[in-house]
Amino acid sequence: MVAQAGPSRARPLWVLAALGVLAVAMVAGLLDGAADISPWQVVLQAVDWLPFVHVDSGLAPVEQGLLFELRLPRVLVAAVVGGLLAVAGAGYQGVFRNPLADPYLLGAAAGAGLATTVAIVLLPSAAGSIPVAAFLGAVGGVFLAYTLGNTAGRAGGTATLVLAGVAVTSFLTAIQTFVQQFKVEELQRIYSWILGDVGGGWDQFWLVLPYAAVSAVLLLLHGRMLDVLSVGDEEAASLGVRAARVRFTVLLAASLATAAAVAVSGLIGFVGIVIPHVVRRLAGGSYRIVLPLSLIGGAAFLVAADLVARTVIAPAELPIGVVTMFVGAPFFVGVLRMTRRAST
Amino acid sequence: MIETSALSVRLGDREVLAEVDLRVRRGDWLAIIGPNGAGKSTLLKAVMGLVAHRGTVTLDGRPAAGLKPRERARLLAYAPQTPALPPDMTVFDYALLGRTPYIPYLGRESRHDRDVTASVLDRLDLTELAMRRAGELSGGERQRVVLARALAQQAPVLLLDEPTTALDLGHQQQVLELVDRLRRADGLTVVTTLHDLTVAGLYADALLLLAEGRAAASGAPAQVLTEALVGRHFDAHVKIEPGPDGRPVVHLVRGGP
Ligand SMILES: Nc1ncnc2c1ncn2[C@@H]1O[C@H](COP(=O)(O)OP(=O)(O)OP(=O)(O)O)[C@@H](O)[C@H]1O
Ligand SMILES: [Mg+2]
Repeated sequence: MVAQAGPSRARPLWVLAALGVLAVAMVAGLLDGAADISPWQVVLQAVDWLPFVHVDSGLAPVEQGLLFELRLPRVLVAAVVGGLLAVAGAGYQGVFRNPLADPYLLGAAAGAGLATTVAIVLLPSAAGSIPVAAFLGAVGGVFLAYTLGNTAGRAGGTATLVLAGVAVTSFLTAIQTFVQQFKVEELQRIYSWILGDVGGGWDQFWLVLPYAAVSAVLLLLHGRMLDVLSVGDEEAASLGVRAARVRFTVLLAASLATAAAVAVSGLIGFVGIVIPHVVRRLAGGSYRIVLPLSLIGGAAFLVAADLVARTVIAPAELPIGVVTMFVGAPFFVGVLRMTRRAST
Repeated sequence: MIETSALSVRLGDREVLAEVDLRVRRGDWLAIIGPNGAGKSTLLKAVMGLVAHRGTVTLDGRPAAGLKPRERARLLAYAPQTPALPPDMTVFDYALLGRTPYIPYLGRESRHDRDVTASVLDRLDLTELAMRRAGELSGGERQRVVLARALAQQAPVLLLDEPTTALDLGHQQQVLELVDRLRRADGLTVVTTLHDLTVAGLYADALLLLAEGRAAASGAPAQVLTEALVGRHFDAHVKIEPGPDGRPVVHLVRGGP
């Protein structure tokens, strides 16, 4: 059987399937074990929220308020953050030509962790300063690693950049640990931030949305260029592409996405590595496939992870970062086993 | 079409290429020969602008240094000796990379780009493999896929670094004949490095013998492929006779050197 020859792209079927999974996850997230609400009512209610559409979901105003003020922003934040982390991960993997690169590789997480710790220690009462600090910290961490990598090695080379990221991460983490010892009573707060949280409501959602939109669009536009980069800098140059420039732009976009995600939700691990990898296994290796499907798949994954975080030990909540790792790892192994014969 | 003067390349602390002058006219085929490490690949890379060099490269009457990367990529297509084939990429996607200099930075390929790619794959017997992953190809298939990328670039100059080393006899002939036909039909200028001296003498109009980074000899095949020159620079014991068409045929002699 010879398939119709043509360039790789995200086939509509795959996109629809991924969007379907996302929709199911979001409805489940809105529903969240509430016994007296049916999934169908949630769907009707979701349609009712759309502008210019009115349908009667049959839900009482209290239930509607609960859905709208608590559940909906939470599900949306989880979706946006998950999508951002996954698409940023795919972007970093393209830039570094390494499927194990992750959104925190270049010191973003360590920078955000340090800045947040400093904010909590110095301004314990100003909760609003945390996202700002996290954002600046993440951007600062990446900037530091990038500058260091470029002064230590050939401009834009990948190996020195990764090493610089590792060095910056260790250094900033050491400082962060040092700082947090000054306020042992805030350790709980610091750790709960580090382990991730998407329950910040509408404010959290509106805060992240503009950065999410800009960085996701920028990354999605670079799919073909990342495919060109995958043959290496020298061959990319022979095709008329300035690899260092593409790399810089994609790094910028991926770091913006990471910083935005970290700023509103803390450090949520695993999404950025696992989701692109699963997409690669299931749908194909071209970045024109991996980027868009990671965006949707990451969103669905984190919505589902948040649902698990809220329900397994209800009424208490697990930190979502714990769930992504705890649920993500076996899931990942499962996909690896399932597709072992198909590729490698 | 291509001219270099006093082209020198330094890699690390070694002078890998020293003062090489080269001249290839439009529609000509130049084969660069020489022992391992002579600097053949480096010479191609320098012409391609991929390594820092001294001296000048002139392409189509214009100094190469003044060309934008995309302009240069439309003028020169390059197939490296050890290409990086991403194992997950499909053969079609890989060949399509050759169209990169024609596609806007953030744009997508046109129907024309797809058609060119498909027809190049067809000419190289690769249509059957088009949707296969590059990681699942044999050595010779890989080599033809890389050539397909270079041909998809539709540049007037082809720089091919060892294009036939991994190919069986039939495919070797197919590739060389294809390049030769393109050159005659479309006036392509071809520069290849080749290890098979007989093949080099058979297809090329001119040979350049590199040894230790210097041009040791250049000219028509019969002038360069002499027992004395080959014996000295390759440190090999050979016998060279004129073939049926008068071009030199190089035989190894047992027991040497
Ligand atoms: N990055 C580098 N740094 C230092 N020396 C290098 C580098 N790349 C190549 N060289 C050296 O330059 C010389 C020429 O290399 P080149 O690849 O041009 O040889 P070649 O003639 O193509 O050989 P072969 O027939 O084996 O392909 C070799 O001695 C090689 O060791
Ligand atoms: Mg070589």
